[in-house]
Amino acid sequence: MSSVTHQIHRDDYGSRMGMWLFLFTELILFGGMFIVYAVYRFIHQQDFHLAAQELNTTIGLLNTIILLTSSMTMAMSITAIQKGNKKLAIALVIITILFAFGFMVNKYFEWSAKIHHGIYPGSPDLLSKPEGQILYFGLYYVMTGLHALHVIIGVTILVFNVVYLWTGHTNSNYFVKLENAGLYWHLVDLIWIFLFPLFYLIH
Amino acid sequence: MTNSEQHTEHSEHHTEHKHIVEYGKYLFIWLGLLALTGITVSAAGINLGNWTIVLALVIASVKSLLVLSIFMHLKFEDKVFKIFVWVAMLTFAIFIFFTFLDYSFIR
Amino acid sequence: MNTQAKVTEEKNFFQQSTNKYTGIGSWLLTVDHKRIGILYLFSMMTFFIVAVIFGFLIRLELIAPGKTIMEPQTYNQLFTLHGIIMIFLFIIPGLPAVFGNFMLPIMIGAKDVIFPRLNLFSWYLFIAGGLIAVVSMFLPGGSADTGWMFYVPYSIRTTTNVIPALTAAFILGFSSILTGLNFITTIHRMRAPGMSWFKMPLFIWSLYATAWIQILATPIIGITLLLVSIERWFGVGIFDPALGGDPILYQHLFWIYSHPAVYIMILPAMGMVSEIIPVFARRTIFGYNFIAFSSIAIAFFGSLVWAHHMFTVGMSDTAMFVFSFLTFFVSIPSAIKVFNWVSTLYKGSISADPPLLYALSFIFQFAIGGFTGLMIGVLSVNIHLQDTSFIVAHFHYVMFGSTGFGIFAAMHYWFPKMFGTMYNKKIANWAWAITTIGFNTLYFPMFIMGYLGMPRRYYDYLPEFHTYHLVSTIGSWILILGLIIMFANLIKGMRNKKDVAPMNPWGGVTLEWKVPSPPPMENFHEIPTVTTGPYDYSHYELAGKETK
Repeated sequence: MSSVTHQIHRDDYGSRMGMWLFLFTELILFGGMFIVYAVYRFIHQQDFHLAAQELNTTIGLLNTIILLTSSMTMAMSITAIQKGNKKLAIALVIITILFAFGFMVNKYFEWSAKIHHGIYPGSPDLLSKPEGQILYFGLYYVMTGLHALHVIIGVTILVFNVVYLWTGHTNSNYFVKLENAGLYWHLVDLIWIFLFPLFYLIH
Repeated sequence: MTNSEQHTEHSEHHTEHKHIVEYGKYLFIWLGLLALTGITVSAAGINLGNWTIVLALVIASVKSLLVLSIFMHLKFEDKVFKIFVWVAMLTFAIFIFFTFLDYSFIR
Repeated sequence: MNTQAKVTEEKNFFQQSTNKYTGIGSWLLTVDHKRIGILYLFSMMTFFIVAVIFGFLIRLELIAPGKTIMEPQTYNQLFTLHGIIMIFLFIIPGLPAVFGNFMLPIMIGAKDVIFPRLNLFSWYLFIAGGLIAVVSMFLPGGSADTGWMFYVPYSIRTTTNVIPALTAAFILGFSSILTGLNFITTIHRMRAPGMSWFKMPLFIWSLYATAWIQILATPIIGITLLLVSIERWFGVGIFDPALGGDPILYQHLFWIYSHPAVYIMILPAMGMVSEIIPVFARRTIFGYNFIAFSSIAIAFFGSLVWAHHMFTVGMSDTAMFVFSFLTFFVSIPSAIKVFNWVSTLYKGSISADPPLLYALSFIFQFAIGGFTGLMIGVLSVNIHLQDTSFIVAHFHYVMFGSTGFGIFAAMHYWFPKMFGTMYNKKIANWAWAITTIGFNTLYFPMFIMGYLGMPRRYYDYLPEFHTYHLVSTIGSWILILGLIIMFANLIKGMRNKKDVAPMNPWGGVTLEWKVPSPPPMENFHEIPTVTTGPYDYSHYELAGKETK
């Protein structure tokens, strides 16, 4: 081998900084949709109010609790690995993943109930509603859908981190990958913290 | 170059955080988040007019602050991370404020 | 590791790769920031040439009223692709991705960027986006005909391939974000000992400001274009007025990104000029702090003025006043830069080499582009000039006349460092003169005809505009002649093995001139310690003048 291996300089602080910068792009990505939401809610206050009655607050509340709890277990897994408790760290990440599945199952039932009632983009039932409600449901599907996509991406990242923990790649001296995965997972939670009152709690 | 500049330069390059947050603290924050969720759900039932959404957003912001500072360890990070977060939030605030300059006035 | 580096001291980054492959594999899998910079350079220039050809065809169509060489639909598709390619594949990545990648680590005294693999991934995203944009031309339905702004509701209704074009722009935006993320973290973490923020070269300052816009504004266009795609795919009501949507909201979101994007394009070029002027005037730059802060100020004010693209669409009056008022503030930091450049040149010992000449063209054309920008920032004048070729001339003076010439200046300035050989300076000077004359002949008539009422993007026009269009088209030929000479000269220079460039051909004092040309794989065997400011020409200057 004639080449010199290019040493990639390890910098955990730098990795976290890069991750935070990436989170900003995610926040602003959702921010763009929140701008759309804010403008349309401002224009169609009454319609948003009426359309929100169709949403199941209980499922929304349940998913909020699930995500908040999963955020806690995620954060705890970092404490566990910092203390060198590998088994606990793995268990906590797996619990986080299970919560994520719970969230997705709920979401599945919620969406299929809506679709069953004839409320989905382009459906004749929806198109017969006032404009503000069409916009509300359009945003509801797009924003919660994109959020769900982030949950799926988050789960994928977490699965990788279980492997890293298992193989010892992530350990009590090197855990920045788990920290960054955690940051991503908390971001998913943060966005839901705003989605929940804005879609489910307009009474 | 002033001394203080040299100092921040130094700290930015060499800090490596070893802060360990105890499980109990996370549990405590989690309980706080659940309580705030409970408040926001019950407050949504009360008709406060336009203040309903303001209240909901204030509670959501307090919740995000807890997640950001404790779960995401922002509290234990360097100052530069906190500045970054403020810059990002300020940018979003600008976007929304200037967009509403159009929508909140007669067209 | 260290001893091996010493043995291979003579090898430069072309000869030594970061992986075990040789040939093409050593390039496509490289994590060396210099090689990635070169990859960007060649791919970007390929896209540039494609878009220049489209521009040439558009101008040729407009040489005479009526149909000349193409159908109206083809014309619409060509100006759309010309815009998409020039903006997303040439000007936005131009300076940051090519020269930023190559020079940023060297100029701050680092061995590489902080995330080298992410850097390579950004290049792959760039290529993927570019290919999707180009391939969409050949798919059934034809390429998008919406203009590069993809305004709704037309972009929802047209049957052309809008979704591939939107996807391309989305992917390219992502590539741009990742480059920005990499640069910010690199600048924070990898500066050599002693290189404090105010000892950084001004090009780095401008890249830093640019990177923040890339991170904070690009996601808005990403989501906006994604929403349009979702609307087209699934019929979700978001922007379509038939479903209650507000097309003006689309324009807001589009310009929230696309106006700051103008500063993504121009800021690095300004940084470039700030590098070149002190070197060729042999003087310490005048007002370093002001230039550094003005980059940040431009990035900030540039985020507050997006709706000045929308004065005629029916916004609220309050919004129009505020956006017009704030628009003028951008001119303050911009003018600060121009004054500082001119002051640096004053009483300098100027050597009129090609990089400086291109930089001077930048200042001249940027002044015209900037002042006409102020004109159209005035509400009343804007009503008259909106959507005329005056606007086209204005933004080409800023985009091409300034940023484009900034890229040419960078190519001529860093060429010997990147390739280790020299181009023919005399021919480069001729190419500069021809491109500058061609550029002004091409775009200046557009100001006049726009003022007289020639709308932009029109396929046909009234006979009274014929002379202007004719002159403009002839200008495009002169410009292309100049570009051909320039590129031929540079390519010949690359292959020229006799004319070896010295380590520091221009007498620069920033760090990239302290490593061999071309630089070795890891730039520095030992990370340098910085003790002086970036443009310390005190040894050239007489006592008592400008010494810090």
